[in-house]
Amino acid sequence: MTAQEVRLCGLLLQEHFGDVVEKVGTHLIRSGVLTLRALAHETKLPLDLVKKSLCVLMQHGMCAFGAGRRGPAGPVEYHIICERILHMLRYPRYIYTAKSLYGDTGELIVEEILQRGQMTMSSTVKTVADRLTHNMPEGQSMDYSEVVSAFSRLVETHFLQRCPPMASAESSSSGADNTPLPAVTQPTEPEDHPECYKLPYINLTGQGKRRRSSEDGEADPRAAKKAKTDSSERGDEGIYWQVNFQRFHLHFRDQAIISAVSCKLDQTSSEIVRTMLRMSEVTTPTHAAFTQALSANEIFRALPSSYNIARPILDQYLTLLVDDPMEFVGKTGDSGGGMFGSRSARIFRLLLRKRHLEQKQVEDFAMVPAKEAKDMLYTLLSENLVQLQEIPKTPDYAPSRTFYLYTVNQLPTARLLLQHCYKTVGNLIERRLYETKENKRLLEKSQRIEAILASLQATGAEAAQLTEVEEMITAPERQQLESLRHHINKLDSSENQVDETIFLLESYINSTQAPR
Amino acid sequence: MAGSRGRGRSQFTFNVDALGFGRGDSLPTSAQTPSPLFPPMQFRPVPLQTGEEVDYMLALKQELRASSKNLPFHIKAARTKTDVARYSDKYQNGELKNNCIEWSPDWSRMPKELCIKVRKPRKTAIGAKPQLKQKPKVAAKKEEVLQKLETLEKREEEQHSEEEEDEEKKKQNDEEEGPDADEDYDEEEIEDETDYIMSYFDNGEDFGADSDDNMDEAVY
Repeated sequence: MTAQEVRLCGLLLQEHFGDVVEKVGTHLIRSGVLTLRALAHETKLPLDLVKKSLCVLMQHGMCAFGAGRRGPAGPVEYHIICERILHMLRYPRYIYTAKSLYGDTGELIVEEILQRGQMTMSSTVKTVADRLTHNMPEGQSMDYSEVVSAFSRLVETHFLQRCPPMASAESSSSGADNTPLPAVTQPTEPEDHPECYKLPYINLTGQGKRRRSSEDGEADPRAAKKAKTDSSERGDEGIYWQVNFQRFHLHFRDQAIISAVSCKLDQTSSEIVRTMLRMSEVTTPTHAAFTQALSANEIFRALPSSYNIARPILDQYLTLLVDDPMEFVGKTGDSGGGMFGSRSARIFRLLLRKRHLEQKQVEDFAMVPAKEAKDMLYTLLSENLVQLQEIPKTPDYAPSRTFYLYTVNQLPTARLLLQHCYKTVGNLIERRLYETKENKRLLEKSQRIEAILASLQATGAEAAQLTEVEEMITAPERQQLESLRHHINKLDSSENQVDETIFLLESYINSTQAPR
Repeated sequence: MAGSRGRGRSQFTFNVDALGFGRGDSLPTSAQTPSPLFPPMQFRPVPLQTGEEVDYMLALKQELRASSKNLPFHIKAARTKTDVARYSDKYQNGELKNNCIEWSPDWSRMPKELCIKVRKPRKTAIGAKPQLKQKPKVAAKKEEVLQKLETLEKREEEQHSEEEEDEEKKKQNDEEEGPDADEDYDEEEIEDETDYIMSYFDNGEDFGADSDDNMDEAVY
């Protein structure tokens, strides 16, 4: 964990879970693995608070526990899974994707599960139905079956998965839901569990409730297929669902590839690539660098008919895609443009493509005047985005007789840029917190006035009273509030966009490292 | 090669003035000040993306942030008691105890040592509102009401009748507020004892505590 990552994790924890969890979390990240007592002792927090924080972190899958160094008899040790914390930056993107794929119902399901970490299917269905009912006009309500079907679709396409069963040495009774497993003290990977995507058999009928409605929506008590002996009413106690982040990441990656192709070539070729990706969705393991080989026939059959692509044209496109040098995996070049200007970006891209170039060649290929080229190359060099490779002609490395080649090392550069991105997001969050703190008084005042207005309107006050209350905020204060909102929106929006870059860089680094 | 060495010796391939010193001079002294906090940027940053998608994600993000503050996962440390117990404590914040957990996780999935036993509610001397046994948030409303009634019945003999009225009002108010405020005590609806809206009340504890560092204003 680099310093920037730790800082960012701390800020994210604080934003969502408060100061206490942040303190516990950052300390645990820095220390690696700790027992409960050591953690409480070192953070100097009361034991109960530490316990609560650990429960919160485990509920959200950010903390895991295992048998300590002294074996199963010793105290349990906890460690933090940092990438789960960093995923919190991407929650809006996950929710938006769910919305675009599965509509409002899907969106609310994913949002609920993200906010609560893990949930059972029945509780999710109920909560989502209630929320949807609340937004519907009076008299209508959302049927549970619709929510259940949306949930099932999410599970079928693997966007949701079951939480892996635990069989830790310390767990007490409810062994009713598992056949006795060997004393595995680590929680298992979700993918190892064969039932990972199997929906429990629940009988949940009814509709979403409005508040204060006295509708009876209770399900018949019925035991689940897996014979849970603790007979809960819905029949799926103990089966918790969580969001499958890997699957979402695959989806984002596919989207990025398709948009890159359509930018570079044209719409039709992007359709072809989309089809290829969809076909290999289920067969390709997550971290593979290449999809499974697909024959042209298969692609032809799978193409959506609306595009009317004839067979020879398809062949032409495929040849084009194969010959393209871009390779569609790394995007380290684009970030160089912003800070150093578009000409530096050109030089950078050129170096990426040609691997090694002399200074004179750089000037020629990039069509940049010599002085500028030199200047930019040295700036890029000082920022470590390009490296210099010396190739001597003679055994003594005499400068006049040595080739100096500029080159780009993609992987270290990608890592460097990723750290910059983490730092950027950390800075954005801190700036936002600072802005909020500076104007705290004003924000509180406006909130109170809104509350007064709302209560007045609810009790049916007249317009004169309302305007009187509204005037309590003066015009310059209003302006200040407006500009504050504008700033905060900009900062939030920037966070979202930097996160897109973070995603690209992370997937590049992961896929490049995978074969090792 | 020997001939060309002399010819090209005193020429540099770049503009020497840019270095800031000439030949034969000593190197300039190093800068003693730290680099500026916000160095001037040479190039303007790329403008932000705009569009419906971006706006929607922005709204989502802000909503998530706001709602996560209300969830039980947002842990605030209990305020340590200040010097004396005050009358206003009865109406101020609902008791934030460190040793109760506001939602009930599945304890079978966590190590036993983390289990925090939820204390059964009890009456304290100043008549504070009892804490109800924490049910999972998503239990059906009806169940919750039944449960509350049950727990109330259990403690009926210990309870003041006034407390029961409070519970009923609170239950009704809870249903109005929606799931998020179930475990919160809404001080605003305590209509039996005070006429004032609690959020307006400022008992002056924070008065002298801050703004000690702004010595520009005269203090009278």
